[in-house]
Amino acid sequence: MEKSRRRFLCALGGTVIGGVPLANALAGGEYKAAGRGLAGDKWAMVIDVRKCIDRNDCKACQDACHQGHNVPKIEGVKDEIKWIWREPYKNAFPDQAHDYTEQKLLDGQLPVLCNHCEHPACVRVCPTQATFKRDDGIVLMDMHRCIGCRYCMAACPYGARSFNFKDPRPFIANIRKEFPTRSMGVVEKCNFCAERLAKGKGPLCVEACEKINCGALVFGDLGDKSSNVAQLLRKHNAIRRKPGLGTAPQVFYIV
Amino acid sequence: MYDGGKIITGLIIFLALVTFPLWYTAASGDASYTPDPETPAQGNCIESKEYMNAWHMDMLDDWRDAVVRDANRVYVATDGKEHEMSLTMTCMNCHDDKEKFCDRCHTYLGVTPYCWDCHVVPNQQGRR
Repeated sequence: MEKSRRRFLCALGGTVIGGVPLANALAGGEYKAAGRGLAGDKWAMVIDVRKCIDRNDCKACQDACHQGHNVPKIEGVKDEIKWIWREPYKNAFPDQAHDYTEQKLLDGQLPVLCNHCEHPACVRVCPTQATFKRDDGIVLMDMHRCIGCRYCMAACPYGARSFNFKDPRPFIANIRKEFPTRSMGVVEKCNFCAERLAKGKGPLCVEACEKINCGALVFGDLGDKSSNVAQLLRKHNAIRRKPGLGTAPQVFYIV
Repeated sequence: MYDGGKIITGLIIFLALVTFPLWYTAASGDASYTPDPETPAQGNCIESKEYMNAWHMDMLDDWRDAVVRDANRVYVATDGKEHEMSLTMTCMNCHDDKEKFCDRCHTYLGVTPYCWDCHVVPNQQGRR
């Protein structure tokens, strides 16, 4: 267990008042990272819209993600909870559409999710540091700390965050016990499958996209120059959502 | 003392009412009641019983910070064995009946931990 001054003083109090052996409190094991986990310096995703745009009805990535993370299916734009979903091009890239943009692209729906920004606005505004950025670039939420103030939702320029206005459990068809649900009153969003990376697996959405032989979603480490995402970005011109805001998204789109 | 009888009677009634919880529990036998959580028949817990008894809540508190914030997901126990730090997948893999294990002490002590608002109780889909 963590050996802090606070814990020691608590234990000392317990010994004086309750007669609990002091050594008992200072025992306990150590923590370490899982050996088989994937490690990266800068996790990123590349979405090849050219492959995705012809399958406007495809929801493979969304279904896999939402089922795997116990995301409730609630109707209505105010209440709905989304981790990854499809958005019309003109909404996803409002500043990168013009009169001569290819019609197929304008009509198409492309997958959008949390961009795991290099300079995340949500992290800056969170009053409890419930949202934080890991060293490997993943912007993660600690649900234990979220107080539901929704400041992060106001700050996120991509609408990537959803708020649990009601208890989500009745709206989850099959609850997977391997992943927690959320409770009423917290914000949630995509976590780049941090729990799967720790077990040496890639994100669910990418896996689902590969399974249907589309391969539009590619996930990898931009810190490694030979990684699949780094190679893709070298070969193709990719755009990011709302680049003018300076958030530096780590989700890239090849259009 | 004026009205001594009334004052003393009043004081006795007052004391009797104030100490009601004490003598009532003593008389009804509830005072000697200790909760009896059912532990799995076989196997040892990851740490000693005394340790878990006193510190499981601090341990789980530390676990959640270690897993979520530091991405450390493996617990190396004092005996050197490694365990995944997970309430549902590790603890409740053996202690699979929340009502007969967790709730017995928690109800007795009047504590309501909110672990199961989110973490799933095995075999009890959607229940808390």
